[in-house]
Amino acid sequence: MTEGEDTFTALSRLLAPFNTAGVTITPETDISADLNIDSVSVMDFVMEVEDHFEIDIPLNVLSETRTMADLVDVVDERRAKG
Amino acid sequence: MSDLLEKHRHIAERHQRMLALGANAVGLTNEKILSPTRAIIDGRETILAGTNNYMGITFDADCIRAGQEALAAFGTGTTGSRIANGTYALHRALEKEFADFLNLKHCIVFSTGYQANLGMLAGLAGPRDTIYLDADSHSSIYDGCTLSGAKLVRFRHNDAADLDKRLARADQEGGRLVVLEGIYSMLGDRAPLADFVALKKKHKFELMVDEAHSFGVLGPNGRGLADEAGLEPEVDFVVGTFSKSVGAIGGFGAGNQPLFETLRYATRPYMFTASPSPSTAATALAAIRKLKAEPERRDRLRANSARLFEGFRSLGFTLGCDQVSPVIAVKCPGEVSAIAMWNALLEAGVYVNIALPPGTPGKQCLLRCSVSAAHSFEDIDRIIDLFGTVVAQAEHRQAVNA
Repeated sequence: MTEGEDTFTALSRLLAPFNTAGVTITPETDISADLNIDSVSVMDFVMEVEDHFEIDIPLNVLSETRTMADLVDVVDERRAKG
Repeated sequence: MSDLLEKHRHIAERHQRMLALGANAVGLTNEKILSPTRAIIDGRETILAGTNNYMGITFDADCIRAGQEALAAFGTGTTGSRIANGTYALHRALEKEFADFLNLKHCIVFSTGYQANLGMLAGLAGPRDTIYLDADSHSSIYDGCTLSGAKLVRFRHNDAADLDKRLARADQEGGRLVVLEGIYSMLGDRAPLADFVALKKKHKFELMVDEAHSFGVLGPNGRGLADEAGLEPEVDFVVGTFSKSVGAIGGFGAGNQPLFETLRYATRPYMFTASPSPSTAATALAAIRKLKAEPERRDRLRANSARLFEGFRSLGFTLGCDQVSPVIAVKCPGEVSAIAMWNALLEAGVYVNIALPPGTPGKQCLLRCSVSAAHSFEDIDRIIDLFGTVVAQAEHRQAVNA
Protein backbone atom coordinates (compact mmCIF):
# COMPACT_ATOMS: atom_id res chain seq x y z
CA MET A 1 0.00 0.00 0.00
CA THR A 2 1.25 3.46 -0.89
CA GLU A 3 2.36 5.44 2.18
CA GLY A 4 -0.51 7.33 3.78
CA GLU A 5 -3.11 5.89 1.39
CA ASP A 6 -6.34 4.99 3.16
CA THR A 7 -8.25 1.78 2.45
CA PHE A 8 -10.93 3.46 0.35
CA THR A 9 -8.38 5.18 -1.88
CA ALA A 10 -6.44 1.94 -2.35
CA LEU A 11 -9.63 0.02 -3.19
CA SER A 12 -10.70 2.69 -5.67
CA ARG A 13 -7.34 2.46 -7.40
CA LEU A 14 -7.55 -1.37 -7.58
CA LEU A 15 -11.10 -1.15 -8.89
CA ALA A 16 -10.23 1.26 -11.72
CA PRO A 17 -9.30 -1.42 -14.33
CA PHE A 18 -12.67 -3.13 -13.73
CA ASN A 19 -14.64 0.13 -13.87
CA THR A 20 -14.75 0.21 -17.66
CA ALA A 21 -17.77 2.53 -17.72
CA GLY A 22 -15.82 5.12 -15.70
CA VAL A 23 -18.45 5.43 -12.93
CA THR A 24 -17.46 7.80 -10.11
CA ILE A 25 -16.62 5.67 -7.07
CA THR A 26 -18.00 6.69 -3.68
CA PRO A 27 -18.33 4.70 -0.43
CA GLU A 28 -21.99 4.11 -1.41
CA THR A 29 -21.14 2.61 -4.81
CA ASP A 30 -22.65 -0.88 -5.19
CA ILE A 31 -19.70 -2.72 -6.70
CA SER A 32 -21.67 -5.13 -8.84
CA ALA A 33 -24.89 -3.25 -9.66
CA ASP A 34 -23.61 0.32 -10.11
CA LEU A 35 -20.53 -0.65 -12.11
CA ASN A 36 -22.43 -3.23 -14.15
CA ILE A 37 -19.66 -5.82 -13.76
CA ASP A 38 -20.30 -9.55 -13.72
CA SER A 39 -19.78 -11.93 -10.81
CA VAL A 40 -16.47 -13.25 -12.14
CA SER A 41 -15.05 -9.73 -12.51
CA VAL A 42 -16.07 -8.97 -8.92
CA MET A 43 -14.17 -12.07 -7.77
CA ASP A 44 -11.16 -11.09 -9.89
CA PHE A 45 -11.20 -7.59 -8.39
CA VAL A 46 -11.34 -9.07 -4.90
CA MET A 47 -8.33 -11.27 -5.72
CA GLU A 48 -6.37 -8.10 -6.50
CA VAL A 49 -7.51 -6.68 -3.16
CA GLU A 50 -6.42 -9.86 -1.36
CA ASP A 51 -2.97 -9.70 -2.94
CA HIS A 52 -2.55 -6.00 -2.27
CA PHE A 53 -3.38 -6.25 1.44
CA GLU A 54 -2.09 -9.83 1.89
CA ILE A 55 -5.39 -11.03 3.32
CA ASP A 56 -8.01 -13.61 2.38
CA ILE A 57 -11.57 -12.50 1.72
CA PRO A 58 -13.56 -15.76 1.51
CA LEU A 59 -16.24 -15.82 -1.19
CA ASN A 60 -18.96 -16.33 1.41
CA VAL A 61 -17.95 -13.05 3.09
CA LEU A 62 -18.06 -11.42 -0.31
CA SER A 63 -21.69 -12.45 -0.86
CA GLU A 64 -22.67 -10.10 1.98
CA THR A 65 -20.46 -7.27 0.75
CA ARG A 66 -22.29 -4.90 -1.58
CA THR A 67 -20.84 -1.41 -1.38
CA MET A 68 -17.35 0.04 -1.31
CA ALA A 69 -17.94 1.03 2.35
CA ASP A 70 -18.79 -2.62 3.14
CA LEU A 71 -15.57 -3.72 1.47
CA VAL A 72 -13.51 -1.12 3.36
CA ASP A 73 -14.91 -2.59 6.60
CA VAL A 74 -14.08 -6.16 5.52
CA VAL A 75 -10.53 -5.22 4.53
CA ASP A 76 -9.86 -3.25 7.71
CA GLU A 77 -11.25 -6.04 9.87
CA ARG A 78 -9.21 -8.72 8.08
CA ARG A 79 -6.03 -6.63 8.26
CA ALA A 80 -6.51 -6.10 12.00
CA LYS A 81 -6.83 -9.90 12.41
CA GLY A 82 -3.71 -10.60 10.39
CA MET B 1 -42.18 -3.78 -5.56
CA SER B 2 -40.58 -4.92 -8.81
CA ASP B 3 -41.20 -7.85 -11.13
CA LEU B 4 -38.91 -10.72 -10.21
CA LEU B 5 -37.76 -11.36 -13.75
CA GLU B 6 -36.85 -7.69 -14.38
CA LYS B 7 -33.36 -8.35 -13.05
CA HIS B 8 -32.71 -10.54 -16.09
CA ARG B 9 -33.69 -7.90 -18.66
CA HIS B 10 -30.06 -7.15 -19.52
CA ILE B 11 -29.58 -10.86 -20.28
CA ALA B 12 -32.61 -10.84 -22.57
CA GLU B 13 -31.22 -7.76 -24.34
CA ARG B 14 -27.81 -9.39 -24.81
CA HIS B 15 -29.52 -12.50 -26.20
CA GLN B 16 -31.49 -10.35 -28.65
CA ARG B 17 -28.24 -8.77 -29.86
CA MET B 18 -26.85 -12.28 -30.44
CA LEU B 19 -29.97 -13.33 -32.39
CA ALA B 20 -29.71 -10.20 -34.53
CA LEU B 21 -26.27 -11.39 -35.67
CA GLY B 22 -27.55 -14.76 -36.91
CA ALA B 23 -28.53 -18.13 -35.43
CA ASN B 24 -29.17 -18.80 -31.76
CA ALA B 25 -25.68 -19.72 -30.62
CA VAL B 26 -26.88 -20.71 -27.15
CA GLY B 27 -30.17 -22.37 -28.10
CA LEU B 28 -29.30 -24.51 -31.07
CA THR B 29 -31.51 -27.49 -31.98
CA ASN B 30 -30.13 -30.72 -33.37
CA GLU B 31 -32.95 -31.94 -35.60
CA LYS B 32 -31.38 -35.37 -36.05
CA ILE B 33 -28.26 -36.99 -34.67
CA LEU B 34 -26.71 -39.19 -37.34
CA SER B 35 -23.59 -40.35 -35.49
CA PRO B 36 -21.23 -39.17 -32.73
CA THR B 37 -19.84 -36.62 -35.20
CA ARG B 38 -22.79 -35.72 -37.46
CA ALA B 39 -26.15 -34.03 -36.96
CA ILE B 40 -28.80 -32.33 -39.03
CA ILE B 41 -28.98 -28.67 -38.00
CA ASP B 42 -31.14 -26.18 -39.92
CA GLY B 43 -31.79 -29.00 -42.39
CA ARG B 44 -28.05 -29.36 -43.17
CA GLU B 45 -25.67 -32.17 -42.36
CA THR B 46 -23.16 -30.69 -39.93
CA ILE B 47 -19.85 -31.94 -38.48
CA LEU B 48 -20.10 -31.88 -34.70
CA ALA B 49 -16.92 -30.49 -33.14
CA GLY B 50 -18.28 -29.27 -29.82
CA THR B 51 -19.96 -32.20 -28.09
CA ASN B 52 -17.41 -33.45 -25.49
CA ASN B 53 -18.13 -36.88 -26.98
CA TYR B 54 -14.43 -37.69 -26.57
CA MET B 55 -14.62 -41.45 -27.05
CA GLY B 56 -17.32 -41.27 -29.74
CA ILE B 57 -19.21 -43.99 -27.91
CA THR B 58 -22.81 -42.69 -28.07
CA PHE B 59 -23.81 -44.94 -30.98
CA ASP B 60 -21.86 -48.01 -29.95
CA ALA B 61 -24.00 -51.05 -30.77
CA ASP B 62 -23.24 -52.87 -27.49
CA CYS B 63 -24.06 -49.80 -25.39
CA ILE B 64 -27.33 -49.27 -27.25
CA ARG B 65 -28.28 -52.91 -26.83
CA ALA B 66 -27.49 -52.79 -23.09
CA GLY B 67 -29.70 -49.71 -22.73
CA GLN B 68 -32.55 -51.29 -24.68
CA GLU B 69 -32.41 -54.49 -22.63
CA ALA B 70 -32.41 -52.56 -19.34
CA LEU B 71 -35.30 -50.42 -20.55
CA ALA B 72 -37.33 -53.57 -21.29
CA ALA B 73 -36.29 -55.39 -18.13
CA PHE B 74 -36.44 -52.60 -15.51
CA GLY B 75 -38.76 -49.97 -17.00
CA THR B 76 -38.42 -46.34 -17.98
CA GLY B 77 -37.45 -44.84 -14.64
CA THR B 78 -36.68 -45.74 -11.04
CA THR B 79 -39.20 -43.26 -9.57
CA GLY B 80 -37.13 -42.90 -6.44
CA SER B 81 -33.92 -41.83 -4.78
CA ARG B 82 -31.02 -44.12 -4.03
CA ILE B 83 -31.82 -44.17 -0.30
CA ALA B 84 -35.45 -45.16 -0.90
CA ASN B 85 -36.61 -47.43 -3.76
CA GLY B 86 -34.16 -46.17 -6.39
CA THR B 87 -31.18 -48.52 -5.94
CA TYR B 88 -31.17 -51.34 -8.49
CA ALA B 89 -28.58 -54.05 -8.97
CA LEU B 90 -27.52 -52.06 -12.05
CA HIS B 91 -26.49 -49.07 -9.92
CA ARG B 92 -24.46 -51.33 -7.65
CA ALA B 93 -22.80 -52.99 -10.63
CA LEU B 94 -22.04 -49.59 -12.16
CA GLU B 95 -20.41 -48.36 -8.94
CA LYS B 96 -18.32 -51.50 -8.65
CA GLU B 97 -17.22 -51.28 -12.29
CA PHE B 98 -16.14 -47.64 -11.88
CA ALA B 99 -14.35 -48.32 -8.59
CA ASP B 100 -12.45 -51.15 -10.30
CA PHE B 101 -11.65 -49.00 -13.33
CA LEU B 102 -10.30 -46.26 -11.05
CA ASN B 103 -8.51 -48.79 -8.84
CA LEU B 104 -10.25 -47.28 -5.80
CA LYS B 105 -12.26 -48.93 -3.04
CA HIS B 106 -15.40 -46.82 -3.17
CA CYS B 107 -17.49 -45.16 -5.85
CA ILE B 108 -20.83 -43.38 -5.57
CA VAL B 109 -22.93 -42.68 -8.66
CA PHE B 110 -24.89 -39.42 -8.94
CA SER B 111 -27.68 -38.60 -11.38
CA THR B 112 -25.72 -35.90 -13.26
CA GLY B 113 -22.14 -34.68 -13.36
CA TYR B 114 -23.26 -31.37 -11.91
CA GLN B 115 -24.75 -33.21 -8.94
CA ALA B 116 -21.57 -35.26 -8.51
CA ASN B 117 -19.67 -32.06 -7.72
CA LEU B 118 -22.49 -30.71 -5.58
CA GLY B 119 -22.76 -34.00 -3.71
CA MET B 120 -19.07 -34.55 -3.16
CA LEU B 121 -18.26 -30.99 -2.10
CA ALA B 122 -21.30 -30.59 0.15
CA GLY B 123 -20.65 -34.03 1.64
CA LEU B 124 -16.95 -33.52 2.28
CA ALA B 125 -16.85 -29.94 3.56
CA GLY B 126 -18.99 -28.24 6.16
CA PRO B 127 -19.21 -24.79 7.73
CA ARG B 128 -16.08 -25.32 9.87
CA ASP B 129 -13.95 -26.36 6.88
CA THR B 130 -12.22 -24.40 4.11
CA ILE B 131 -12.33 -25.19 0.40
CA TYR B 132 -9.59 -23.80 -1.83
CA LEU B 133 -10.82 -23.65 -5.40
CA ASP B 134 -9.06 -22.74 -8.63
CA ALA B 135 -10.32 -19.44 -10.06
CA ASP B 136 -11.26 -21.14 -13.36
CA SER B 137 -13.34 -23.89 -11.72
CA HIS B 138 -16.53 -25.09 -13.37
CA SER B 139 -19.81 -23.66 -12.08
CA SER B 140 -20.73 -27.00 -10.51
CA ILE B 141 -17.66 -26.64 -8.26
CA TYR B 142 -18.59 -23.10 -7.27
CA ASP B 143 -22.16 -24.20 -6.56
CA GLY B 144 -21.05 -27.28 -4.61
CA CYS B 145 -18.78 -25.06 -2.52
CA THR B 146 -21.65 -22.72 -1.78
CA LEU B 147 -23.93 -25.61 -0.84
CA SER B 148 -21.30 -26.98 1.56
CA GLY B 149 -21.36 -23.82 3.69
CA ALA B 150 -17.56 -24.03 3.95
CA LYS B 151 -15.25 -21.03 3.91
CA LEU B 152 -14.32 -20.53 0.24
CA VAL B 153 -10.91 -19.28 -0.81
CA ARG B 154 -10.26 -18.82 -4.52
CA PHE B 155 -6.68 -19.10 -5.80
CA ARG B 156 -5.18 -17.96 -9.09
CA HIS B 157 -5.66 -20.42 -11.92
CA ASN B 158 -3.06 -23.23 -12.03
CA ASP B 159 -0.85 -21.26 -9.63
CA ALA B 160 0.49 -23.52 -6.86
CA ALA B 161 2.59 -20.67 -5.41
CA ASP B 162 -0.58 -18.60 -4.99
CA LEU B 163 -2.31 -21.52 -3.24
CA ASP B 164 0.77 -22.00 -1.04
CA LYS B 165 0.51 -18.36 0.09
CA ARG B 166 -3.18 -18.71 0.90
CA LEU B 167 -2.73 -22.01 2.76
CA ALA B 168 0.00 -20.39 4.85
CA ARG B 169 -2.24 -17.42 5.64
CA ALA B 170 -5.19 -19.45 6.88
CA ASP B 171 -6.02 -20.45 10.41
CA GLN B 172 -5.91 -24.18 11.12
CA GLU B 173 -9.50 -24.65 12.24
CA GLY B 174 -11.44 -27.45 10.52
CA GLY B 175 -10.48 -29.56 7.51
CA ARG B 176 -9.09 -28.21 4.25
CA LEU B 177 -9.98 -29.37 0.76
CA VAL B 178 -8.19 -28.27 -2.41
CA VAL B 179 -10.16 -28.70 -5.64
CA LEU B 180 -8.56 -28.95 -9.10
CA GLU B 181 -9.69 -30.05 -12.55
CA GLY B 182 -7.86 -32.53 -14.75
CA ILE B 183 -8.55 -30.56 -17.93
CA TYR B 184 -10.21 -27.15 -17.67
CA SER B 185 -13.26 -27.09 -19.88
CA MET B 186 -12.86 -23.71 -21.57
CA LEU B 187 -9.15 -23.46 -22.46
CA GLY B 188 -8.26 -27.15 -22.40
CA ASP B 189 -5.27 -26.72 -20.09
CA ARG B 190 -4.34 -29.29 -17.43
CA ALA B 191 -3.71 -28.61 -13.74
CA PRO B 192 0.03 -28.79 -12.94
CA LEU B 193 -0.73 -31.62 -10.54
CA ALA B 194 2.83 -32.28 -9.31
CA ASP B 195 3.18 -28.64 -8.17
CA PHE B 196 -0.02 -28.85 -6.14
CA VAL B 197 0.80 -32.30 -4.73
CA ALA B 198 4.17 -30.94 -3.56
CA LEU B 199 2.28 -28.55 -1.25
CA LYS B 200 0.97 -31.55 0.69
CA LYS B 201 4.42 -31.88 2.28
CA LYS B 202 4.13 -28.36 3.64
CA HIS B 203 0.43 -27.94 4.44
CA LYS B 204 -2.17 -30.42 5.60
CA PHE B 205 -5.08 -30.68 3.17
CA GLU B 206 -7.06 -33.23 1.22
CA LEU B 207 -7.10 -33.09 -2.57
CA MET B 208 -10.02 -33.58 -4.95
CA VAL B 209 -9.59 -33.69 -8.73
CA ASP B 210 -12.53 -33.28 -11.08
CA GLU B 211 -11.64 -35.45 -14.07
CA ALA B 212 -14.79 -34.51 -16.05
CA HIS B 213 -12.86 -33.74 -19.26
CA SER B 214 -9.88 -36.01 -18.60
CA PHE B 215 -11.55 -39.27 -17.52
CA GLY B 216 -11.27 -41.81 -20.33
CA VAL B 217 -8.92 -39.42 -22.08
CA LEU B 218 -5.64 -39.06 -20.18
CA GLY B 219 -3.24 -41.56 -18.66
CA PRO B 220 -2.07 -45.05 -19.57
CA ASN B 221 -5.28 -46.47 -18.09
CA GLY B 222 -7.58 -43.64 -19.15
CA ARG B 223 -8.25 -42.68 -15.54
CA GLY B 224 -7.44 -39.03 -16.04
CA LEU B 225 -4.78 -36.45 -15.17
CA ALA B 226 -3.61 -38.18 -11.97
CA ASP B 227 -3.10 -41.37 -13.99
CA GLU B 228 -1.13 -39.45 -16.64
CA ALA B 229 0.97 -37.72 -13.99
CA GLY B 230 1.56 -40.92 -12.00
CA LEU B 231 0.20 -39.26 -8.88
CA GLU B 232 -2.98 -41.19 -8.16
CA PRO B 233 -2.05 -42.10 -4.55
CA GLU B 234 -1.82 -38.36 -3.75
CA VAL B 235 -5.38 -37.64 -4.90
CA ASP B 236 -7.88 -38.26 -2.10
CA PHE B 237 -11.10 -37.85 -4.07
CA VAL B 238 -11.89 -38.22 -7.76
CA VAL B 239 -15.00 -36.78 -9.38
CA GLY B 240 -16.19 -37.34 -12.91
CA THR B 241 -19.10 -37.38 -15.28
CA PHE B 242 -20.79 -39.89 -17.58
CA SER B 243 -21.82 -37.21 -20.07
CA LYS B 244 -18.49 -36.96 -21.89
CA SER B 245 -16.25 -40.01 -22.43
CA VAL B 246 -18.94 -42.38 -21.12
CA GLY B 247 -21.59 -41.04 -23.51
CA ALA B 248 -24.49 -41.21 -21.04
CA ILE B 249 -25.61 -38.93 -18.22
CA GLY B 250 -24.67 -39.09 -14.54
CA GLY B 251 -21.54 -38.64 -12.51
CA PHE B 252 -19.40 -40.26 -9.86
CA GLY B 253 -17.31 -39.57 -6.80
CA ALA B 254 -14.67 -42.05 -5.66
CA GLY B 255 -12.06 -42.54 -2.95
CA ASN B 256 -10.42 -44.99 -0.56
CA GLN B 257 -11.38 -43.54 2.83
CA PRO B 258 -13.04 -45.90 5.33
CA LEU B 259 -15.91 -43.46 5.88
CA PHE B 260 -16.49 -42.78 2.18
CA GLU B 261 -19.73 -44.79 1.95
CA THR B 262 -21.22 -42.56 4.67
CA LEU B 263 -21.59 -39.84 2.05
CA ARG B 264 -24.65 -41.76 0.84
CA TYR B 265 -26.46 -40.77 4.03
CA ALA B 266 -24.93 -37.32 4.40
CA THR B 267 -25.06 -35.48 1.10
CA ARG B 268 -28.27 -34.00 -0.19
CA PRO B 269 -27.64 -34.03 -3.98
CA TYR B 270 -27.40 -37.84 -3.70
CA MET B 271 -30.24 -38.35 -1.24
CA PHE B 272 -32.96 -36.10 -2.58
CA THR B 273 -33.10 -36.80 -6.28
CA ALA B 274 -34.17 -39.76 -8.40
CA SER B 275 -31.46 -42.26 -9.29
CA PRO B 276 -30.26 -42.65 -12.90
CA SER B 277 -32.78 -44.44 -15.11
CA PRO B 278 -32.12 -48.16 -15.74
CA SER B 279 -31.22 -47.58 -19.39
CA THR B 280 -28.79 -44.80 -18.45
CA ALA B 281 -27.10 -46.97 -15.82
CA ALA B 282 -26.87 -49.87 -18.28
CA THR B 283 -25.34 -47.79 -21.10
CA ALA B 284 -22.80 -46.27 -18.69
CA LEU B 285 -21.89 -49.75 -17.47
CA ALA B 286 -21.48 -51.05 -21.02
CA ALA B 287 -19.46 -47.96 -21.97
CA ILE B 288 -16.94 -48.21 -19.14
CA ARG B 289 -16.32 -51.85 -20.08
CA LYS B 290 -15.75 -50.72 -23.68
CA LEU B 291 -13.29 -48.02 -22.60
CA LYS B 292 -11.35 -50.65 -20.68
CA ALA B 293 -11.39 -53.13 -23.56
CA GLU B 294 -10.62 -50.61 -26.32
CA PRO B 295 -7.71 -48.37 -25.33
CA GLU B 296 -7.21 -47.63 -29.03
CA ARG B 297 -10.05 -45.10 -28.70
CA ARG B 298 -7.70 -42.97 -26.60
CA ASP B 299 -4.97 -43.29 -29.22
CA ARG B 300 -7.34 -42.12 -31.95
CA LEU B 301 -8.47 -39.19 -29.82
CA ARG B 302 -4.86 -38.22 -29.18
CA ALA B 303 -4.00 -38.38 -32.89
CA ASN B 304 -7.10 -36.35 -33.84
CA SER B 305 -6.43 -33.75 -31.13
CA ALA B 306 -2.80 -33.34 -32.23
CA ARG B 307 -3.89 -32.95 -35.86
CA LEU B 308 -6.43 -30.22 -35.06
CA PHE B 309 -4.04 -28.47 -32.68
CA GLU B 310 -1.21 -28.40 -35.25
CA GLY B 311 -3.62 -27.39 -38.02
CA PHE B 312 -4.85 -24.41 -36.01
CA ARG B 313 -1.32 -23.48 -35.02
CA SER B 314 -0.18 -23.49 -38.63
CA LEU B 315 -3.04 -21.08 -39.40
CA GLY B 316 -1.51 -18.78 -36.78
CA PHE B 317 -4.46 -18.92 -34.36
CA THR B 318 -4.06 -18.00 -30.71
CA LEU B 319 -5.20 -21.08 -28.78
CA GLY B 320 -6.44 -21.57 -25.22
CA CYS B 321 -3.32 -23.44 -24.16
CA ASP B 322 -0.03 -24.65 -25.61
CA GLN B 323 -0.43 -28.35 -24.80
CA VAL B 324 -2.43 -30.76 -26.98
CA SER B 325 -5.73 -31.70 -25.39
CA PRO B 326 -9.12 -32.69 -26.80
CA VAL B 327 -10.42 -29.24 -25.86
CA ILE B 328 -9.02 -26.75 -28.35
CA ALA B 329 -10.21 -23.16 -27.99
CA VAL B 330 -9.56 -20.46 -30.59
CA LYS B 331 -9.37 -17.00 -29.06
CA CYS B 332 -11.41 -14.32 -30.84
CA PRO B 333 -10.88 -10.55 -30.70
CA GLY B 334 -14.35 -9.79 -29.32
CA GLU B 335 -17.93 -10.89 -28.83
CA VAL B 336 -19.33 -9.63 -32.13
CA SER B 337 -16.59 -11.23 -34.22
CA ALA B 338 -16.87 -14.48 -32.23
CA ILE B 339 -20.61 -14.65 -32.92
CA ALA B 340 -20.10 -13.79 -36.59
CA MET B 341 -17.46 -16.50 -37.00
CA TRP B 342 -19.57 -19.02 -35.12
CA ASN B 343 -22.47 -18.33 -37.51
CA ALA B 344 -20.23 -18.60 -40.55
CA LEU B 345 -18.82 -21.92 -39.33
CA LEU B 346 -22.30 -23.32 -38.75
CA GLU B 347 -23.43 -22.24 -42.21
CA ALA B 348 -20.34 -23.83 -43.69
CA GLY B 349 -21.20 -27.09 -41.92
CA VAL B 350 -19.34 -27.33 -38.63
CA TYR B 351 -20.72 -26.91 -35.13
CA VAL B 352 -18.37 -25.72 -32.36
CA ASN B 353 -19.15 -24.16 -28.98
CA ILE B 354 -19.16 -20.43 -28.50
CA ALA B 355 -17.95 -19.36 -25.06
CA LEU B 356 -18.39 -15.80 -23.86
CA PRO B 357 -17.78 -13.92 -20.59
CA PRO B 358 -18.56 -14.36 -17.75
CA GLY B 359 -18.42 -18.07 -18.59
CA THR B 360 -14.78 -17.78 -19.68
CA PRO B 361 -11.57 -16.88 -17.87
CA GLY B 362 -10.22 -13.37 -18.38
CA LYS B 363 -13.27 -12.11 -20.32
CA GLN B 364 -12.14 -14.04 -23.40
CA CYS B 365 -14.39 -14.86 -26.34
CA LEU B 366 -13.74 -18.36 -27.58
CA LEU B 367 -14.69 -20.71 -30.36
CA ARG B 368 -14.23 -23.95 -28.49
CA CYS B 369 -13.75 -27.25 -30.28
CA SER B 370 -13.84 -30.64 -28.63
CA VAL B 371 -12.35 -33.51 -30.54
CA SER B 372 -13.75 -37.05 -30.70
CA ALA B 373 -12.10 -40.42 -31.28
CA ALA B 374 -14.91 -40.88 -33.83
CA HIS B 375 -13.72 -38.00 -36.03
CA SER B 376 -11.87 -39.12 -39.15
CA PHE B 377 -8.73 -37.30 -40.28
CA GLU B 378 -10.89 -36.00 -43.16
CA ASP B 379 -13.27 -34.46 -40.58
CA ILE B 380 -10.38 -32.82 -38.76
CA ASP B 381 -8.92 -31.45 -42.01
CA ARG B 382 -12.33 -30.11 -43.02
CA ILE B 383 -12.68 -28.34 -39.65
CA ILE B 384 -9.24 -26.77 -40.10
CA ASP B 385 -10.11 -25.66 -43.67
CA LEU B 386 -13.41 -24.12 -42.63
CA PHE B 387 -11.84 -22.28 -39.70
CA GLY B 388 -9.13 -20.99 -42.02
CA THR B 389 -11.69 -19.64 -44.49
CA VAL B 390 -13.96 -18.11 -41.87
CA VAL B 391 -11.18 -16.42 -39.92
CA ALA B 392 -9.65 -15.05 -43.14
CA GLN B 393 -13.06 -13.59 -44.09
CA ALA B 394 -13.44 -12.04 -40.63
CA GLU B 395 -9.97 -10.51 -40.84
CA HIS B 396 -10.74 -9.20 -44.30
CA ARG B 397 -13.98 -7.60 -43.04
CA GLN B 398 -12.08 -6.02 -40.16
CA ALA B 399 -9.41 -4.68 -42.51
CA VAL B 400 -12.12 -3.21 -44.79
CA ASN B 401 -13.94 -1.63 -41.89
CA ALA B 402 -10.77 -0.28 -40.27
